[in-house]
Amino acid sequence: MPTIADMQLGQKATITECSSDAIPFKLLEMGCLPGNKVQLLQFAPFLDPLYLNIDDAFVAIRRETAALICIEFGPDE
Amino acid sequence: MSKQINVALIGNPNTGKTSVFNALTGLNQKVANYPGITVDKKEGLCKLPRGVKAHILDLPGTYSLNASSLDENIVIELLLNKNNKDYPDVAIIVSDVENLKRNLLVFTQIKDLEIPTILVINMADRMVSNGISLDVDYLEKALNTNIALVSARKNTGVDHLKTLIANYRDLSTEPCLNASEIDKSYFERLQNAFPNQQLYKLWLVITQDVNFGKISRQEMDVAAFKTKSKSDLKRLQQKETVKRYQFINSVLKEGQTIDASKATGLRARLDRITMHKFWGYAIFFVILLSIFQAIYDWSGMPMDYIDASFAQLSEWTKATLPPGVFTDLLADGVIAGVGGVVIFIPQIAFLFLFISILEESGYMSRVVFLMDRIMRRFGLNGKSVIPLISGTACAIPAIMATRNIESWKERLITILVTPFITCSARLPVYLIIISLVIPEGRFLGLSYQALTLMFLYLIGFGMAIISAATLNRILRFRSKSFFVVEMPSFKVPLVKNVFITVFEKTKSFVFEAGKIILAISVIIWVLASNGPGDAFNKADTIIETDHANLSQLEIDQKVAAYKLEHSYIGIIGKTIEPIIRPLGYDWKIGIGLVTSFAAREVFVGTLATIYSVGADSPETLKQKMASEKRENGLPVFTLASGISLLLFYAFAMQCMSTLAVVKRETNSWKWPIIQLIGMTLIAYFISLIAFQIIQ
Repeated sequence: MPTIADMQLGQKATITECSSDAIPFKLLEMGCLPGNKVQLLQFAPFLDPLYLNIDDAFVAIRRETAALICIEFGPDE
Repeated sequence: MSKQINVALIGNPNTGKTSVFNALTGLNQKVANYPGITVDKKEGLCKLPRGVKAHILDLPGTYSLNASSLDENIVIELLLNKNNKDYPDVAIIVSDVENLKRNLLVFTQIKDLEIPTILVINMADRMVSNGISLDVDYLEKALNTNIALVSARKNTGVDHLKTLIANYRDLSTEPCLNASEIDKSYFERLQNAFPNQQLYKLWLVITQDVNFGKISRQEMDVAAFKTKSKSDLKRLQQKETVKRYQFINSVLKEGQTIDASKATGLRARLDRITMHKFWGYAIFFVILLSIFQAIYDWSGMPMDYIDASFAQLSEWTKATLPPGVFTDLLADGVIAGVGGVVIFIPQIAFLFLFISILEESGYMSRVVFLMDRIMRRFGLNGKSVIPLISGTACAIPAIMATRNIESWKERLITILVTPFITCSARLPVYLIIISLVIPEGRFLGLSYQALTLMFLYLIGFGMAIISAATLNRILRFRSKSFFVVEMPSFKVPLVKNVFITVFEKTKSFVFEAGKIILAISVIIWVLASNGPGDAFNKADTIIETDHANLSQLEIDQKVAAYKLEHSYIGIIGKTIEPIIRPLGYDWKIGIGLVTSFAAREVFVGTLATIYSVGADSPETLKQKMASEKRENGLPVFTLASGISLLLFYAFAMQCMSTLAVVKRETNSWKWPIIQLIGMTLIAYFISLIAFQIIQ
């Protein structure tokens, strides 16, 4: 199953699962929940951290966290 | 009615909560774009219509009632304790019109606590540029609340908000949704076990790790509600969050329309540049460089003026007042000492100005993003950048700003290394020594002196990083590191907010530092003007018999120098001289070193006092230092001793207030003591090596 860590720059996807205990709860509260859309806006150097638009929230998270959030690609409008 | 209404301001970080607080109370506070800046309790009074008064408490920014940092705990502890004297009669949830959806999450939680709640939708002036329109009547009904559309920037809607506070008794305390539906049987059992308690409150006691007073967690455990494992609880919390968002989405679908085509793409464009892999760092570097150049270039003139004025004032005092001990104390002790602080007002004000603009504009969070990966390598966190940058102003607020770093290890390391960052108290020392030993002239348009200052900032930062990496290896404990940073939208800083920050911070620096410096200046003056035995008290006769052939003027100078050497302060300086001689310092500098363990900037005041005692010309401190000679006739302040001194001040832990705040934040004397000893040893050996090489 692909995760946010697999996303390419500018790509959009839909979150399918984010139930790992290692995901900070704060992130879920910012809208990182199943069914919500996510877009990868930017990488920092070494591809980490990642700058995302999750359900209209602008959030930066580390790659290790991103790798715990499952997605399915699309819709690309 | 004489009773004040207790009002608590609650809301996500970056919603302009503090701006609303300022608008209500008129009290001048700081507004920042970075979460966690509102760390201390901020309160104020607000006059409402019909003579009613409200006591307003500005709580730390929080995304929800699920606490993940120290700041957020404060909010929950207050809201769960009805006996707290600040327990709100009415809560104001401040939200930002651009992020209404997320801001409403905490709103629905507060509603569940059955506290009367007003919803402020702030930054209403941004609605048009973002293509947002709201059906306020509908939202009020759907959310069971009263809404105030406010623009703290344009100062609109504040009166309406005041009226709503005054009429808080009309507010409904009905929750917006029934969160217990996520696991009916569980919540039924919970309610049956504690029939007198509010259900949502019980749920918070179970899920949160904070202190609630009345109901203890042990009691909850006894009631066998621990049947839920930690990850079951988390799953349940997630369900709760999903449920709340479902409700919020359904409300906003009716009450809010967003015309995406009208939104400007400014944010995306600015993000692409400021967070760019190369340009992002280049911009950051240029910003830092400009700040240092500006501090140098813009403050030169006012500083020369202040310096000259104090020299004149001291002369004038001596000429006007009748000669005597009091006049000497005033002219040589007090005026010289205070002048040593006042002169740095221009530089410190500029420094605070730049930091405050960086914070207010939202740029600071971009730096956090750019730096996280690099900082992590050294056991720090991207969020450590904020303390490290504000540490250039003062380590005390910087150390307090580490509270929103969730990992204890990363937070501790940040606290321990922050005092290496060049703070404004070092500036006075740096500036006077740089101007003495570094030649004028320019390289690529930048003055050598500015470049030296920049270099000192860089080695301070470098030492912080090296120490962090070392501590990261030494410190054994593991703690979970995580990183979730919201990127606020860019804003043009409010002139009023920036001005207030600069004014308040500069004022407190001058007064806090001024008090210590004044006291120490007087003590030093007394110690320098008195001494034990004949060597001090009969100095004139000793010199006159030894140097009978000299002119009166020369004899006077010799007497003054001889007296100082045999005064109490001279004895102290002479005692430590053997330890500091290898670093290139004489006993007078030694006295400065001793006194600056109270605070670094005391050094300049101390030297001003020491060199003024006995001196009789209207020279500025700089001129006096430049003409200061060793016993062998060579100047005291040379390139070698100057650099050695600069390095000593760069690394040594010389600030009692910082040690006190580290003790408070780490809750033990262990860490401040380690800091004091470690940093001072590093300073000693580096200065030693530098002096011996350059000499």
